[in-house]
Amino acid sequence: MTEVLPRVQTSSLTAIYGKVAAVKSVTLEFAANQVHALIGPSGCGKSTFLRTINRMHEMSVGGWVTGKVLLDGADVYGPDVSVIQLRRRVGMVFQKPTPFPTKSIYGNVAAGLVIEGGRSRAELDRIVERSLQRAALWDEVKDRLKTSAMALSGGQQQRLCLARTIAPEPEVILLDEPTASLDPQGTQRIEELMFELKRDFTIIIVTHNMQQAARVSDTTTFFYLGSMIEHGATRQMFTTPANEQTEAYITGRFG
Amino acid sequence: MATTLPTGGLSRRAATLKALTGAVRGDQIFRILLTTAALAIPALLLALLAVLVRGARPAIAQFGVGFAATKTWDPVAGQFGAFPMIVGTLLTSLVALLIAVPLSLGVAVYLTEFAPGFLRRPVAMTIELLAAIPSVVYGLWGVFVLIPLLQHAVFPFLRSLLGFLPLFRGVIYGPSVLAASIILAIMIMPFIMSVAREVLLAVPGSQREAAMALGATRWEAVRTAIVPYARSGLIGAIILGLGRALGETMAVTMLIGNRHDISASLFAPGYTMAAAIANEFNEAATPMHYAALTYVALLLFVITVLVNAAARFLIWRVSRGGVSGRNSA
Amino acid sequence: MNRRTVRRVKSNVMVGIMMAAVIVAVLPLLFILASLLLRGASSLSLAFFTHLPAPAGESGGGVLHAIVGTLIIVGMASLAGIPIGAGAGVYCAEYPGSRLSLVTRFVSDVMNGTPSIVVGVFAWTIIVAPQHHYSALAGSAALAILMIPMVMRTTEELLKLVPNSLREAALALGYARWRTTLSVMLRTALPGIVTGTLLAIARIAGETAPLLFTALGNQYLSFRPNAPMAALPLVVFTYSIGPYEEWHRFAWAAALVLILVVLVLSIAARFATRQRFGATRD
Repeated sequence: MTEVLPRVQTSSLTAIYGKVAAVKSVTLEFAANQVHALIGPSGCGKSTFLRTINRMHEMSVGGWVTGKVLLDGADVYGPDVSVIQLRRRVGMVFQKPTPFPTKSIYGNVAAGLVIEGGRSRAELDRIVERSLQRAALWDEVKDRLKTSAMALSGGQQQRLCLARTIAPEPEVILLDEPTASLDPQGTQRIEELMFELKRDFTIIIVTHNMQQAARVSDTTTFFYLGSMIEHGATRQMFTTPANEQTEAYITGRFG
Repeated sequence: MATTLPTGGLSRRAATLKALTGAVRGDQIFRILLTTAALAIPALLLALLAVLVRGARPAIAQFGVGFAATKTWDPVAGQFGAFPMIVGTLLTSLVALLIAVPLSLGVAVYLTEFAPGFLRRPVAMTIELLAAIPSVVYGLWGVFVLIPLLQHAVFPFLRSLLGFLPLFRGVIYGPSVLAASIILAIMIMPFIMSVAREVLLAVPGSQREAAMALGATRWEAVRTAIVPYARSGLIGAIILGLGRALGETMAVTMLIGNRHDISASLFAPGYTMAAAIANEFNEAATPMHYAALTYVALLLFVITVLVNAAARFLIWRVSRGGVSGRNSA
Repeated sequence: MNRRTVRRVKSNVMVGIMMAAVIVAVLPLLFILASLLLRGASSLSLAFFTHLPAPAGESGGGVLHAIVGTLIIVGMASLAGIPIGAGAGVYCAEYPGSRLSLVTRFVSDVMNGTPSIVVGVFAWTIIVAPQHHYSALAGSAALAILMIPMVMRTTEELLKLVPNSLREAALALGYARWRTTLSVMLRTALPGIVTGTLLAIARIAGETAPLLFTALGNQYLSFRPNAPMAALPLVVFTYSIGPYEEWHRFAWAAALVLILVVLVLSIAARFATRQRFGATRD
């Protein structure tokens, strides 16, 4: 309806593990430069849905997909698409922080850049610094960029992973329960960052924490048993849900 | 923002997705290299088997299965039978197991269940260092230290104590079946110990706690809960030790006396399959002698492959059940 | 009450027996090391490392030829054995469910127990017999075959310890699969794999049986891979079964050198394992 092309669209997207459909025929649109939250009880398919967008789902044993995922209108499952190119434009941060243990802080942030090659040292330095600043980690690590990333706290490691993800300038960032393993302070830092980052990126976040969805997101999508139940502006979803199941879930009367 | 992602026509289905992922040329080359390496190992096994069978063919053709049951080994007359060395191989290995098994299981149980924490790693490491000593060094030590000791002290003592058994009668030579067995026992003990230790570590803590909760003493917990749980793995460890003993060459060659004969006495010299190959292969004069020795190698190979396969199967059964060990973290 | 005491005493007796077993088990190592030091150390001198053996019956001389030979033979074996073993290990860790990886893993375990003398016969048949002469190359081939399963298992085991989340993180960053495997998975597991590989090298460095009718041995310094070559274990064997007292002393000294090489490799390897993940610098 809108004249603006959505950044990410899915149409009749079904994701399958072996013979079980974890996501069933989901059609959705995600506008650019917003935070989109995916919520629902565990096993509802929200994480699987997220992993179809950067084609990580197909790495799972028996994982395959039907339907379409469009990035800026281009089918990411199209025949000529290189997953590598796709994943440079759709970054992802996982539930547990995953810094590369053999790389330094600097090396971690630069990890996605060096594989492309063709950047001067000075340019790399600049991007690493800027990425760390955008991930609100620069001040904490600027004096020890060459030390192991494993010495950082859990929250710092997660922000490092965020910096690593944004360094190659993707268009979309997928966050798979990024605060699930963090303490409240670490969680708050990440949530604050999302407000900053949505100016440059489109963020899709899976969360099991409804308050978090309500706090950070512009739109919310509720998944249940692999189906998309409701999708809409977050404020509206949390005040006047259209669907009974959605209401039951967000008011905690679920099960 | 414009996209440079090429817009394909229709979206493809599952089958093509995987192909797409693999379409990166580097990935294809990488996979081919890895697959080649992985194929090389089974291919080597088959090549070993094929080459040995081909080399042994003249002997197989002439002596058939009876080779294993014939006593004569006379290179000059072209008569070859491997019975004495097969008996010697089995006998030395069994005697070695009799000595090594109680020792290594005792150590393994002690280290996993009873030893104070600070002792576990150093002791295990020390014993595993025994496994690092080359066979030829055991042989050297056996010839110049162990044999004089056995010959002048241990064997006479054994004969006076157990002389009523035919096993411990007769002339005491230095090099003997028993000397070879003892050196073998020392050599396989670390293997059995370290595999048994891994198997015991894979026993879930709940087994132990359940027994202790019922009021068992620590020893009773080991005997009634832990050892039965780990039984097939422990047997696997022992069989693995047996596999080592069967194929051990240098130390045995240097200690067993190398005589194509069977004697009731453990004090008498004997021969093993591996020792016969080591001693005679370079001096084999006739093609048939080579073929016979290759036949011996083939038999030894087949026996150890079967023994090792059985051991691996038994160990695999335990570690499959008790993954709580180290991989779950 | 009484019965409980009996049970406790029994438990303690069993523990006592097991402690005795530990002592009996550790004893041979100390005994062997002591013998080596007592009998070998006195013959060690700088000349022992820098000279060739003296003619039979004369004293003095060294094992330079054998040290060089062992380095060459083991080096060539490693060049062939490590890539194949590591490649197969990576394959089994990367495609754990495939039929080939099941077969390769099982065959590897079985080959790990193959008597080294049998592998020697194999190498003799395929290399020495057709060429009509002994060669270091044939010895290296035999040692490589012994090494491959060891390297394969250690590579696979250590790769399996690397969390899968690292693989996903790299893939999500746009790494190709081969790059993910090499620069993230293998790189993370590398210290442990180096340890295992050092242990494998230590083990083949001490092997004698497969060299008996391949590398054969050589009284002189040789650098030619396609000719007979000396090796430390062969020197120990040859000199220990010789008739001269002087040779026996020589054998002990050579054994001491061999054991130092092997033990230093194994101990270094074990200490390298301690820092597996974590504080590695980049």
